[in-house]
Amino acid sequence: MAAARDVVMPGIARPRWTPLEIVFWLAPIAAYVAFPDRRLLLSQIFIYGLFALSLDLVLGYAGILSLGHAAFFGAGAYTAALLAQHGWTEPLSGLVASGAVSAAFGLVVSLLVVPGSELGRLMVTLGVGLLMFEVANHASSITGGVDGLTDLPIGALLGRIPFGLDGRAACAYGFAILLVVFLLARRLVQSPFGLALRGIRENVRRMPAIGVDVNQRLRIVFAVAAGIAGLAGAALTQTTQLCGIDSLGFQRSAELLIMLVLGGAGRLYGALIGATVFIVAQDSLAGLSPDYWQFWLGAALVALVLIARGGLLGALDALRRRVTRGKR
Amino acid sequence: MIRALQTRDLRRQFGAFTAVDGVSLDVEAGARHAIIGPNGAGKTTLINLITGTLRPDGGDVILGGERVTAVAPHARVKRGLARTFQINTLFPRLTVAESVALAIGERRGQGRDWLRPVAARRSVLDEASELLRSLQLDGDAAVTTRELPYGKQRLLEIALALATKPRVLLLDEPAAGVPSGESQQLIETIERLPAEMAILLIEHDMSLVFRFARRITVMVGGRILTEGSPAEVAADARVREVYLGEAQHG
Repeated sequence: MAAARDVVMPGIARPRWTPLEIVFWLAPIAAYVAFPDRRLLLSQIFIYGLFALSLDLVLGYAGILSLGHAAFFGAGAYTAALLAQHGWTEPLSGLVASGAVSAAFGLVVSLLVVPGSELGRLMVTLGVGLLMFEVANHASSITGGVDGLTDLPIGALLGRIPFGLDGRAACAYGFAILLVVFLLARRLVQSPFGLALRGIRENVRRMPAIGVDVNQRLRIVFAVAAGIAGLAGAALTQTTQLCGIDSLGFQRSAELLIMLVLGGAGRLYGALIGATVFIVAQDSLAGLSPDYWQFWLGAALVALVLIARGGLLGALDALRRRVTRGKR
Repeated sequence: MIRALQTRDLRRQFGAFTAVDGVSLDVEAGARHAIIGPNGAGKTTLINLITGTLRPDGGDVILGGERVTAVAPHARVKRGLARTFQINTLFPRLTVAESVALAIGERRGQGRDWLRPVAARRSVLDEASELLRSLQLDGDAAVTTRELPYGKQRLLEIALALATKPRVLLLDEPAAGVPSGESQQLIETIERLPAEMAILLIEHDMSLVFRFARRITVMVGGRILTEGSPAEVAADARVREVYLGEAQHG
């Protein structure tokens, strides 16, 4: 009875890889082979998927609505850029350093964000995002202001594969970071810490009554997510060898939120699917007309939120439930 | 002798209204103690002051001899004080098993552990199974909380509190909203709780109070009117007047 051994306890999901998940992770490799001229786009999908994963931990699991998540993406992007500009060109160590800087920044910001109400959190994250943008805008001697930092000297990956226009190194790099962070995030959400985050999202009033310091947990997850956002920002800087001020912009925070809601929050894969759909749609539709693209994006968002709660994955779940019910 | 729980001259105002007005309460270890009183007597405010959800305007809360008036609610739980809620305060989209595993894991100090999955923590899950079995909820382990029948949600309320292994348990109207025909299992569960655990019960259902409590405190208008054995309280003319009389009218 393999099935009986699979269930440790009824009601506790056992972390198993489903065939669908394995297919999901093979798909990027297939795309890499099938579309050799779209590898730069593919690397962008990995990086924004990583960024969306970060927001999913904060919003989807812990329930904190952040409108300024680009602040942490940008912190990582500028750290990586400044390191490279000042001679630290080795990408992997630069990546880790950027993630650490961003996580530390996130921990400081969490002290302001976590104690607030829902609206308060929205405003504080929005405010921090705007603040960071203006700081980068005005400190142009360091950040390059609106022009950003360009032609950054980024060393070859592992000392061998240079980041070139063919996107090979960018793809391998982005995919590897995404996979490693995803595996860790998957562990995290299945752990007691992850269960407690879901508990906070489900009923924040009960948590103190079972002995949980809610604000401490939220500070931790906020810092972890900020670190992941920083990794994404650093990866974007390194793979493109430039760092634009738009990496800190409100637009970036808003797009990120759209990606996550589009894919479905609180399930990790929703973040990745949302980022993929967003970037592919943007790329294919924006070519026709930029306004047109935003129109359809807006329509899709409204439709998804009204018709199917839980984004694309939520809609799929609802469909699957309907089909299985129909069979009975 | 150190009492399981004491309050000293607790006071709390809401604007001009004094909800709790100088309440001093002693709860012995292993007590079966009930607080009764008409609506607005300040019972729930008192619970919130004891658990730390509300800050008192004056007075102290003493838990196992330690003054905890300034201690945060979650830290009071760590010191052995647990509560249930009058209105279900559960995790709607967690399963029953996840809910109790969460509370047990937290008591064991695993709450910040992020590497090993919950599903791999044998001892937590064994304890969760045992706890659910003791409350006859083991058949519902895989049910999502919001799909659980109301009576069983009331049991899960108690299960979450018990998972913290309290020395003092505050039950805030555990039978609230449960039809009398279905309350039997709930009452039996409460009666079977470990003898060494001090239990402070707030309840409107007089049959439950008199069946369960060995000591009763009567609150009226934010103050203690009287306190004594069930027989003493039942015989007290003032109590009949302000509370039992009113209950009969109601």
